[in-house]
Amino acid sequence: MRKCSLDKINLVFAEIAKNAALYLPVDQNDGSAAYKKWEEGTVWSNALNTVRSPKDFFFPQTEDLMAFKVEGKNIEVMDTRSESEDFVVFGVRACDVKSFDILDRVFLTEPVDSFYGSRRQHGIIISLACTRPSETCFCKTFGIDPSEPAGDISAWKTETEIFFLANTEKGEELLNKLSALTEECDDSAVNAQKEKITAIMDKLPLKELKTDAFGGGKTNELFDAPEWAELSQSCLGCGTCTFVCPTCQCYDIKDFNTGNGVIRYRCWDSCMYSDFTKMAHGNNRLTQKERFRQRFMHKLVYFPENNDGEFSCVGCGRCLAKCPISMNIVKVMKKIGGNKSE
Amino acid sequence: MNNMTETLIPKIGVITDVRIDTPDIKTFRVVTPDGKKAFDHRPGQCAMLSVPGVGEAMFSITSSPTNEDYMEFSIKKCGCVTDWLHQAEPGQQITIRGPYGKPFPVDDVFAGKDLLFIAGGVGLAPLRSVINYCRHYRDRYGKIDIVYGSRSKDDLLDYQEIIEEWSTDAGVNVHLTIDNPQEGWDGHVGFVPNYVKELGFDTNKVAVLCGPPIMIKFTLDGLCSIGFDKTDIYTTLELRMKCGVGKCGRCNVGAKYVCKDGPVFRCDELDELPAEY
Amino acid sequence: MQKITREQLIDKAVALLADGTVSCVLGWSKGEFDYDVTPAMFNNEEELKANFVFNDFCGVNFSKYLVAKTQKCEGKILVFLKPCDTYSFNQLLTEHRFDREKVYAVGIPCEGMADIAKVKEICGDGISSIAFEGEKMAVTTLYEDAPVMLAANDVLAERCINCKSKKCVAFDELMGDEGNVIDSNRFDEVEKLEAMTPDERFAFWQNELSRCIRCNACRDACPACTCEKCVFDNPNSGVENKSPANSFEEKMFHIIRAFHVAGRCTDCGECSRVCPQNIPLHLLNRKFIKDMNEFYGEYQAGAEVGSRAPLVNYTTEDLEPGEVFDRRDTDA
Repeated sequence: MRKCSLDKINLVFAEIAKNAALYLPVDQNDGSAAYKKWEEGTVWSNALNTVRSPKDFFFPQTEDLMAFKVEGKNIEVMDTRSESEDFVVFGVRACDVKSFDILDRVFLTEPVDSFYGSRRQHGIIISLACTRPSETCFCKTFGIDPSEPAGDISAWKTETEIFFLANTEKGEELLNKLSALTEECDDSAVNAQKEKITAIMDKLPLKELKTDAFGGGKTNELFDAPEWAELSQSCLGCGTCTFVCPTCQCYDIKDFNTGNGVIRYRCWDSCMYSDFTKMAHGNNRLTQKERFRQRFMHKLVYFPENNDGEFSCVGCGRCLAKCPISMNIVKVMKKIGGNKSE
Repeated sequence: MNNMTETLIPKIGVITDVRIDTPDIKTFRVVTPDGKKAFDHRPGQCAMLSVPGVGEAMFSITSSPTNEDYMEFSIKKCGCVTDWLHQAEPGQQITIRGPYGKPFPVDDVFAGKDLLFIAGGVGLAPLRSVINYCRHYRDRYGKIDIVYGSRSKDDLLDYQEIIEEWSTDAGVNVHLTIDNPQEGWDGHVGFVPNYVKELGFDTNKVAVLCGPPIMIKFTLDGLCSIGFDKTDIYTTLELRMKCGVGKCGRCNVGAKYVCKDGPVFRCDELDELPAEY
Repeated sequence: MQKITREQLIDKAVALLADGTVSCVLGWSKGEFDYDVTPAMFNNEEELKANFVFNDFCGVNFSKYLVAKTQKCEGKILVFLKPCDTYSFNQLLTEHRFDREKVYAVGIPCEGMADIAKVKEICGDGISSIAFEGEKMAVTTLYEDAPVMLAANDVLAERCINCKSKKCVAFDELMGDEGNVIDSNRFDEVEKLEAMTPDERFAFWQNELSRCIRCNACRDACPACTCEKCVFDNPNSGVENKSPANSFEEKMFHIIRAFHVAGRCTDCGECSRVCPQNIPLHLLNRKFIKDMNEFYGEYQAGAEVGSRAPLVNYTTEDLEPGEVFDRRDTDA
């Protein structure tokens, strides 16, 4: 483990940015934080987390897949790929680091999505342990320890210092480059912090949330649950929950006519949208109840069924904070799971 | 990284022949620009065809894998991409990627069995590939029955081929029907599910169903009522797809993705899935 | 702090259910925390007593829900409308979006709703409880032993600071006073935008709208957006929802929407409340309202049922388009 004084953090950022684009959470005018590219003068945010998840770095909201040149009856496919830049994402929380594993299960399963795969290869994750979880946090439900974030390098921040521990070869290599700015240290300060976080975790209001009622093989048991109607009755059908979610990975592929060619791009899609499954001759999810159910059944039943029991939620709490009508996965789990803690 | 093969990036295909089958179905013959088959496939598999600027859509490959020269797609005009294709002329390039999906188990489950194919309307398209595959390897299979119905005589897909080739094969029985009486038609009149029951097949065979959802539902009920077991009945599903490889997240029925776990399903497998297709 | 209490509203609802005036109640249902509430239908006293809430976080405008709910519900729906909701209610009736006969509207006073983001700005994250004590809000967090006492005014939502009216303009029955239209400073921010140079203004909106994630929450919450099929949901329109193909399109979405609701927007502020990226979308709509007031005379959408908005009501006194064009020189 290595450490450095927080006074020198900008030197660390500058060193990292020498070799790769560095992104980190930065405060915005509206009080929220967002990942921004670091440049001299950029101030690292103290916020617990960003509104948008870091999934953008590997699975951008919009991404060109290819272009077509169309001349008469002839078509030419043109390469528009650009995902070959090395980059570092700094300050990723444990929940969001875990979301990359979940996205990996989708995009790195054969046939590998090479756009995503390429970005994963070019990206280095420096995670950051949480010190002040929010009431909306429930990562523990999914077995995530916010004091032990994964990533290529794990980091812990105290009042005065920042501690680094490399977990992968890529991380080791980067940490070596920072050797002049950091010094070797023991893990006593980090352990003390871990203990503090563990104590806070026991006070979180959602600490009792359980996944017992969910998992693979529960489709027939839960699909026709009468509670879906009530839970979805006020859903606006917007895509906020899916777009702020670090694990939602559905996408659409669309063509955009630029006037002198066609760009085929991929963009995030939402199962909450009315046209998500609409075909020329019909739609198999006609009402918001079916769309709403799909989102949660996917995260809590279908995904674990196909992925060794892994749920497609990391408990980051973004949907709790952002849903316009405050309906979210926690309410669904308590209602459908029947373990409402009172 | 740019040299990684990417399934979402298609090949160029050339439409070399357009056959008008019915008032709203055309069959397109597709090869690569150098005149070859774009890729090998198995009976029942699909391909993504696209018209740049219009869109991409999944179609079943209608030609048999045993055809080594080209692929065929029988396409009904019913949306943006299909409207555009219906206006295309030979020489038109499109894009093609695939093959996608799980094929019919022609080499294991079907081998040595009597086969019953039941199709309605454009539902013959996905079955044509497997029917012609089984005709090609005729000695590997038992008796073949084909029940095919459409709205009218004009709406019967592949009519020439059915009459001239399928009907004349030894051990292949073709039973055609149309919904309503029509001048110049002396064959059977009536809906497919009823016709199947009237024909009353022995149940020691594998049945394959494809057609409009309502036809599938009633035919399936009919087959079960005359003693078929659902483990011997196969069908294919169709839902909206974008990627074709189980990642874009829209063609799932329960935990199964139609694009990669289907489109071919055994009917007892469908019973395990939620009724959302 | 609201003057009307949860208990008063429940009593009213129970009475109206009991005498058969209504068959169900559209209300706010309590959530996981003291500040998250979800619109819900309540069918009986038991459900009301268990989950109905009313507090400073009940900002959701129920009017739009009536479009769908009146089609599903047998009998009348009881809806509680805050003053600003009543404007949307009238506007929807003007546009024949739901059957008035299927609704029993109870107008309730509103002292302004709180913005949880402002609460968190002061108290920090990790809120474990919020209690209402007189004019104060007692906020307890996971990280401080003593609750932080907040004055309601310190955490009012922007739209409530700039409230245009405390008057209920539509109701079958009132609880409390009818209230009055009040003077507001709601156009101050618009004037600041108008005072900018075109480049500054473009940069301002570029910065705001570039954060849009195209979730459509603004549209889906907007009581003026009740098209059965939105142009942004039509795959053939070329502007279908989902993500912007480029930075031009991301601006177009909001500008098209602002034009579509111009003259119909009551300035209820739901668009900005629901925006996950805190984009001040209401400023676009307010600019339109301010311009229309200046061009065609004062007009408040939803002030009464059946009024004709300036943009759909030609008069010979109307401003000529050229005059608008000329104004750009003085404007910037």
